[in-house]
Amino acid sequence: MIDMELVQLSRLQFGLTAMYHFLFVPLTLGLSLLLGIMESVFVMTGREIWRHMTKFWGALFGINFAMGVATGITMEFQFGTNWAYYSHYVGDVFGAPLAIEGLMAFFLEATFIGLFFFGWDKLSKVAHLCVTWLVALGSNLSALWILIANGWMQHPIGARFNPDTMRMEVTDFFSVLFNPVAQAKFVHTVSAGYVTGSVFVLAISAYYLMRRQHVELAKRSMTVAASFGLAAALSVVVLGDESGYTDTENQQMKIAAMEAMWETNPAPAPFTIFGLPNETTRKTDYAIKVPWMLGLIATRSISKEIPGIQELVARADTRIRSGLIAYDALEKLRSDRSNAELRKQLEDHVADLGFALLLKKTRPDITKATTDEIQIAAWSTVPPISPLFWSFRIMVGLGFFFIGLFAIAFYLASRRRLQRHPLFLRAALFSLPLPWIAAELGWYVAEVGRQPWVIEGVLPTFLAVSSISAGNVLFTLIGFVVFYSSLAIVDVYLMVKTIRIGPEAFLSGYFQKSPPARSTKLAPAE
Amino acid sequence: MLDYESLRLIWWALLGILLIGFAVMDGFDLGVAMLLPFVSKSDSERRIVLNTIGPVWEGNQVWLILGGGAIFAAWPPLYAVAFSGFYLAMFLVLCALILRPVGFKFRSKIDNARWRNVWDVSLFIGGLVPALIFGVAFGNLFMGAPFRFDEMLRITYEGTLIGLLNPFALLCGVISVAMLVMHGGTYLALKTERPITNRAAASARYAALALVILFTIDGIWTATFLPGHIITSTLTHDGPSNPLFKTVMLRPGAWFDNYGRYPWMILAPFLVFGGAGLVLWLRRPMLIFVASGLAVAGVITTAGFGLFPFLLPSSLDPKMGLTVWDASSSHMTLFIMLIATLIFLPIVLTYTAWVYRVLRGPVTSAYIERNSKSAY
Repeated sequence: MIDMELVQLSRLQFGLTAMYHFLFVPLTLGLSLLLGIMESVFVMTGREIWRHMTKFWGALFGINFAMGVATGITMEFQFGTNWAYYSHYVGDVFGAPLAIEGLMAFFLEATFIGLFFFGWDKLSKVAHLCVTWLVALGSNLSALWILIANGWMQHPIGARFNPDTMRMEVTDFFSVLFNPVAQAKFVHTVSAGYVTGSVFVLAISAYYLMRRQHVELAKRSMTVAASFGLAAALSVVVLGDESGYTDTENQQMKIAAMEAMWETNPAPAPFTIFGLPNETTRKTDYAIKVPWMLGLIATRSISKEIPGIQELVARADTRIRSGLIAYDALEKLRSDRSNAELRKQLEDHVADLGFALLLKKTRPDITKATTDEIQIAAWSTVPPISPLFWSFRIMVGLGFFFIGLFAIAFYLASRRRLQRHPLFLRAALFSLPLPWIAAELGWYVAEVGRQPWVIEGVLPTFLAVSSISAGNVLFTLIGFVVFYSSLAIVDVYLMVKTIRIGPEAFLSGYFQKSPPARSTKLAPAE
Repeated sequence: MLDYESLRLIWWALLGILLIGFAVMDGFDLGVAMLLPFVSKSDSERRIVLNTIGPVWEGNQVWLILGGGAIFAAWPPLYAVAFSGFYLAMFLVLCALILRPVGFKFRSKIDNARWRNVWDVSLFIGGLVPALIFGVAFGNLFMGAPFRFDEMLRITYEGTLIGLLNPFALLCGVISVAMLVMHGGTYLALKTERPITNRAAASARYAALALVILFTIDGIWTATFLPGHIITSTLTHDGPSNPLFKTVMLRPGAWFDNYGRYPWMILAPFLVFGGAGLVLWLRRPMLIFVASGLAVAGVITTAGFGLFPFLLPSSLDPKMGLTVWDASSSHMTLFIMLIATLIFLPIVLTYTAWVYRVLRGPVTSAYIERNSKSAY
């Protein structure tokens, strides 16, 4: 039997370290592109201030990047350390995008980041610009491969279960690669990163403008952030809708839970703007509904039904029973490996094998499960409703807020009136934490909405853990919390210090000998 | 598509190449970090040492990330058993590795002796702990790890962190430290000027001497006392990746059998002696750096040749040990990953070479003074 305390602790550790990691990732994604844009302007116009901006925002980028790298290593190792059965069960499919991420993306990003900082006087202007863009390209490709891996966890296509190796194996790599869920997630996630980078630049520039410091740098930075941010904020909402649309087809339970939709509504389904989901009565109290809206968003039609939770649980019940037939065949195959009839029986029901595995929570000999136990297992396919319902609504609300924020910023910037609106500058500054909140809530909806599965419909989360002691996981969990918290304090302290000192510190050594001649590259002392 | 057996062999070789890539490339970063307190005295000297690896260590570390990813993709059972079995050791390595990026980035941002000292110590730990533990892990490959599988291939592991720190594994850990100190020393000798370059070269020579002596002791120990694993049943080379279908016996010294069977393999240990010998003998920085790299490659190749076809033997139930023939990914995954590697690894090597060319030449105190705000 699986130790449920171990499962809880392992989930908590993975959740915390992943969310912590994702504090740094979106800023890397967004800021790397903004650096590319700023430096491009420098190369095209030759105006020093744009290089100065690249260096200043680059310094903040560097602090953030270091933390992103540091916490990213934990993520890659953690599948093996804490989710060993997961690694065995799906490593054949899931490992490949992770490895390709290292090979194709992270190598690019990490190799050129050094030259970004140390190559200013060793490279020509254009060569350095290329380096900056390669860093941006690397970090965005990195996100692509990670989201291909994550997309497969949400929608496991292109693979099948192999009874000889007791794991999932790739049958069609291209459907893993071009998984529609992964594509929708990728564009949504990188757009969210661009919004984060833009809000970061916008907020800190607003701070400078409020204090009338570094005005030239701040105004230009704000203009770049406003235009890039507006495009990103629009795309994050549009592409988030695309994510929702793919979920309607592939993760119906996630949609039903996010919407607290207990019953199947006649098409087109209404959208609940407000309500208090009640998990004991299985109803949503005080619901305020907008007719047709959910049906239109989620199915893009007025005739397709969206199944409610009750109906999906009934389907899970059927699938558990079907999965038990597959499991039974699998057990018998162990002593009779070449029996073709058993292989046929397994083949026919293997798509539901994962549902039978849900029963492993209550008993090891699942073929003897009672009707009650099957009923409980079927209801266990429902993720926690209220947190999803609210996280989703806050995230969407923030998404629309960013569009407004950037639209105003864009208007003011184009009219050159940014400095005349202290109230707006204040609002921009206080918006600083919001993109992080939206991004973390987004991941919460995506990952908790997938529960109880670690691989949707294939492998339950509780089965995926390593066979290690809960005590060890508690120890490392506390270790990570203490270690990460101290790093976070140092990180924020250095960020704030760098911002307080301001961009002038980055002028030293550059402006005295401008423009840096290419010939210095050959000087022996370099 | 290549046949399954060849792909497994190729991926075994690629695993070795990636590990060598890590040990040669990131190895000198770890070595430089370990030498930091010993070859540099003043803050300015420390900054010179740190800035020899400052612009490149991040790219080098990707060899480790890629190694982890490649094991996950090509040898999932190995990834699952090794990472969860060595749980607390992995945690220690992680903490040490996390100290590196922040150490580099944070250290010189504040001009305060105590602050800088804290990060210097952190960077030293960030070099020493991974070097030691990776060596210890290699040692435990030869000892076998205490794991077994149930019929669903769920792993049970019955070891402890203390169990990993047995004398043989610790010897391997010290070998790894000596090897990377040597490698870091030769790199520093190449990238600094006097007096640091002299101190670094001297450290590299001491480490090379230690490496030769300890490597020899380790070899004698393995040849005489250490029980090696031998597959006694027929194990098809293109069968399913399920480590439950074979039988295994143990015999002291069996880890040397491959060297009798394939005498050309003896080149690997000779590379260690030759490389380390050249480090002791030669004086030109560039040459001793290359020689040191060859010795590092030799150490890893020697271990891999000895273990073959085992990847991770089991001490608890030897017949469940993981081998090249029953612990790989599927035929298709190995093939796709090979294509990806053939496309991208040459590109990676090309731009890495370009970056090193741009950054060539020693780091000087004049450079640190000129870039005092932006350098590490």
